[in-house]
Amino acid sequence: MNKTITIDGNAIPFEDGQTIMEAATAAGVYIPHLCHHPEYTPHGSCKLCTVRVNGRVCSACTFPAAEGQDVLNNTKDLNDDRKLITQMLFVEGNHFCPSCEKTGNCQLQAVAYYLNMLDDHFPHFYAHREMDASHHEVMIDHNRCIFCTLCVRASQQKDGKDVFAISGRGINKHLIVNAQSGLLKDTDLEASDQAAHICPTGAILIKRTGYTVPIGERIYDHKQIDEVALAEESRPLSKEIDHG
Amino acid sequence: MYEHLETAEQTENLKRVVVDPVSRVEGHGKVTLLLDENNKVQQARLHIVEFRGFERFIQGRPYWELPVLVQRLCGICPVSHHLAAAKAIDQLVGIDPENLPVSADKLRRLLHFGQVMQSHALHFFHLSSPDLLFGFESEISKRNIIAVLTDYPDIGLQGVKLRKYGQEVIRMVSGKRIHGTGAIAGGMNKSLTKAERDYLLEDIDQMITWAAGSVALIKKVHCSNLPYYDDFATIRTNYLGLTKPDGALELYHGGIRAKNDKGETILDHFDYCRYNDIIHEEVRSWTYMKFPYLLSLGKEDGWYRVGPLARVNNCDFINTPLAEAARVEFKEHSGEAMVHSTLAFHWTRLIEVLHCAESIKELLHDPDIMGHDLVAQGERRFEGVGVIEAPRGTLFHHYQVDENDIVTKANLIVSTTSNNMAMNESVRQVAAEYLSGRELTEPLLNNLEVAIRAYDPCLSCATHAVGKMPLQLELVDAQGRLIDKLIKHDDGQIERLDG
Repeated sequence: MNKTITIDGNAIPFEDGQTIMEAATAAGVYIPHLCHHPEYTPHGSCKLCTVRVNGRVCSACTFPAAEGQDVLNNTKDLNDDRKLITQMLFVEGNHFCPSCEKTGNCQLQAVAYYLNMLDDHFPHFYAHREMDASHHEVMIDHNRCIFCTLCVRASQQKDGKDVFAISGRGINKHLIVNAQSGLLKDTDLEASDQAAHICPTGAILIKRTGYTVPIGERIYDHKQIDEVALAEESRPLSKEIDHG
Repeated sequence: MYEHLETAEQTENLKRVVVDPVSRVEGHGKVTLLLDENNKVQQARLHIVEFRGFERFIQGRPYWELPVLVQRLCGICPVSHHLAAAKAIDQLVGIDPENLPVSADKLRRLLHFGQVMQSHALHFFHLSSPDLLFGFESEISKRNIIAVLTDYPDIGLQGVKLRKYGQEVIRMVSGKRIHGTGAIAGGMNKSLTKAERDYLLEDIDQMITWAAGSVALIKKVHCSNLPYYDDFATIRTNYLGLTKPDGALELYHGGIRAKNDKGETILDHFDYCRYNDIIHEEVRSWTYMKFPYLLSLGKEDGWYRVGPLARVNNCDFINTPLAEAARVEFKEHSGEAMVHSTLAFHWTRLIEVLHCAESIKELLHDPDIMGHDLVAQGERRFEGVGVIEAPRGTLFHHYQVDENDIVTKANLIVSTTSNNMAMNESVRQVAAEYLSGRELTEPLLNNLEVAIRAYDPCLSCATHAVGKMPLQLELVDAQGRLIDKLIKHDDGQIERLDG
């Protein structure tokens, strides 16, 4: 007999070693997330996937599924908290969706829509963040980095390189690259690397490709992020996942 | 003409009258009048009081963002900014207008015809028709689109639907009615599907009929009170705009033509990439909007008008039959080589709506708009200039980028900026000829707004100056008395004048 947990009252099967996120995704249950990616080691930093397991607050992407777990996921309280977290991400960086080339393909924007985020709520930091356009093919716009570390993990775990890292703590946290000069052009990043395509926002971009996908054909033009994520992330792990 | 009213000889004991904000225009501006004890106007100015700064904050952004970023300058003519920027960044990827794929060129033209049509319809029917149908000094409750829809439901509804059609053209080509995408460096990101084309074809004949009807309406309004319409706010000026190589009216791409008030050519088929050789901009302390002028004629005489009146005045003909017939009638009514009536902006605006509707029909029957060869690339460059005839006139976008694709310098000369001096002159003409010496009332002050409104100014588009902008700061007490005044000159010097 299969082992099960319950999520919002529904029995969900799991296998030993699976996280709550993995069990939920396999069963077609969406748990909002930004730093989670099924191909990479869980990081548990964005906190959007926060669920209640037998009353205790946990990150679904890191917490192992186990018999007897009663998980609350799609509740008003949790979604309200997720919305606040998303609002904090928006005000911490400089996210100008109207002119951003990632609009319509951006997971941060899509999750904000999913959570019915209608304003920023918090005062903007208007942080001074730089651009690094030194690389011929790939650009970093630090204004849009949410420190999910997906580029760090993709570079290490998929590309076999070590191009990105997070430096500093708290409000001084920032993305750095592995070069003496601090510039992307002096790293061994190539445009074909998974790390150059993995960013869930518009922080790491392939140059000169913006706006080539017309409105109406972008990833989230007709589908919400839950539908897209479940279709993409419940596939066998070996396949590549690219959110645009 | 009326330059002497820009600055009063002395301002002591003059009454100050302010129209703030100027209504039924895009953006924020105000008019100030200084009157002596006999209500004679001593000074009249149109001030643009908002500040934008786009030229500065697009610096540091990658060039492919420009068409989408700069269109946020405006919600009325975003397509014009989108396309002017696109024409500039075409050059950055080595594509001059003649090398743009045919389908992309025609799709951009279709998009732009939709833009000009909807913007002109919005301006005439929603913003200006209340003045023209009810009278400049009619009661304030009448001066709005709701009253037009109540008293002239057919005209009002046609206006709303003409605008809507133009917006639907924009939506089909760029994905959204306002602030879509579409133009990218070297081309377009999509063509029209057959379903989209057929959807637009359904109503185009009706639009042409209504557009022709609107031309007949404005002709009737104008000619029924000809001496007044030909005189009100009228100033004799130079005119500037793009024309096709054969001299036809052009909205998307052409050479610069400028004519003087007698219709004599100042320059023709001038390559707009060298605009800096012929046009300079002056800044003045009391407004955020600059004053462009033709270098060859100097600051005093070199200012010019742009927009529908300039385009219809400047062109030799219009290449669509109904609009051309309307142009001929329009030119004949004055008997002069150039029509200088400021209120004739409305007439020419509606001739252009008709031209747009006819051109849209022509393009919808052209299979190239459904083509798939949409993007071209050439040799990389580091500077690009895009110029287009926006609804309000000639629009210049000029960018420089570095080897990392990042914008290092930007200059925008927005249509309304070119009409700055002319709008001020028209305000002064109305102040001097129609208001001076009279007891000022609200309906009377609307005359000033009617003069400004004729230009269809977009004040929010037109204010970009940053850095060495001269400024004037006035501290006024509750009774309107000037307490203190600071002036920052364009050399950075600050001077204090006692109130």
